[in-house]
Amino acid sequence: MWTWLHKFASPPHFYRLAGQLAPWFGWTAFILIVGALYGGLVLAPPDYQQGDAFRIIYVHAPSAWMSLFIYVVMAASAAIGLIWRIKLAHAVAASCAPIGASFTFAALATGALWGQPMWGTWWVWDARLTSELILLFLYLGYIALRSSIDDLQRADRASAVLAIVGVVNVPIIHYSVVWWNTLHQPATVTKMAAPSISTSMLIPLLVMILGFTLCFVALLLVRVRGEVLRRERSAGWIREVMA
Amino acid sequence: MSLSQFFSMGGYAVFVWPAYAITLTVLVGNVLAARASHRRALEEARRRLGMGELAR
Repeated sequence: MWTWLHKFASPPHFYRLAGQLAPWFGWTAFILIVGALYGGLVLAPPDYQQGDAFRIIYVHAPSAWMSLFIYVVMAASAAIGLIWRIKLAHAVAASCAPIGASFTFAALATGALWGQPMWGTWWVWDARLTSELILLFLYLGYIALRSSIDDLQRADRASAVLAIVGVVNVPIIHYSVVWWNTLHQPATVTKMAAPSISTSMLIPLLVMILGFTLCFVALLLVRVRGEVLRRERSAGWIREVMA
Repeated sequence: MSLSQFFSMGGYAVFVWPAYAITLTVLVGNVLAARASHRRALEEARRRLGMGELAR
């Protein structure tokens, strides 16, 4: 197990493997997202209360899911990098930040476009929206902190601490609609027993979430390849992969 | 359902389509940015390790 892990985390091996895997994840994600777009925009019936405005859920909820999921991946790999001093883990954490920030922005922007017709306002300072905005600032703070430190090892360690501390925000976002009385509607999908959404509406949403997640994996693999190169100090294998 | 009915999104077109456009832009932008980041790292590595111009 450890020898396997060691081999997997070795830069040349990871670099090659990631290069081979990324297109598979990317194209699968593409097919799933296109399929879910058709299901969500055409096949799913309009909502009985929200009409066609509810279709924003197919881009809003997957974006919001990504914003949280990517943060957890980022914080977990930052912790692994900090504890076991694995360079690859730091490379993963650093690669997560710009992707996560962009999807947090998408979640907030699509949320505003949903809030205006349904609540009559683009923005309210309620618990869900505010904690999601804090998530965006955590991502941006992480990126700013990294770019302010020239030494890559020190940047890895300092930003890892920030990522790990910031993870407390994740359960706050998730449970904000339960803990506080918010304008934001409560969870639709994660009520396992009886999701409060009909099947023809739910399936495109789940497919979209899966598509976004696979897209994240593909993006992460490509970015981590770059980060691995940035951390490499000897030319040996790089000369090989460039040949 | 007619095409114009589809695009009008039951009167919510001005909210639904921008939401989809933003998300699509973020997805495509991420793909371009990730590839650019990898390419930049390759060029930096080549310069740092003194390997000259990359044969394309």
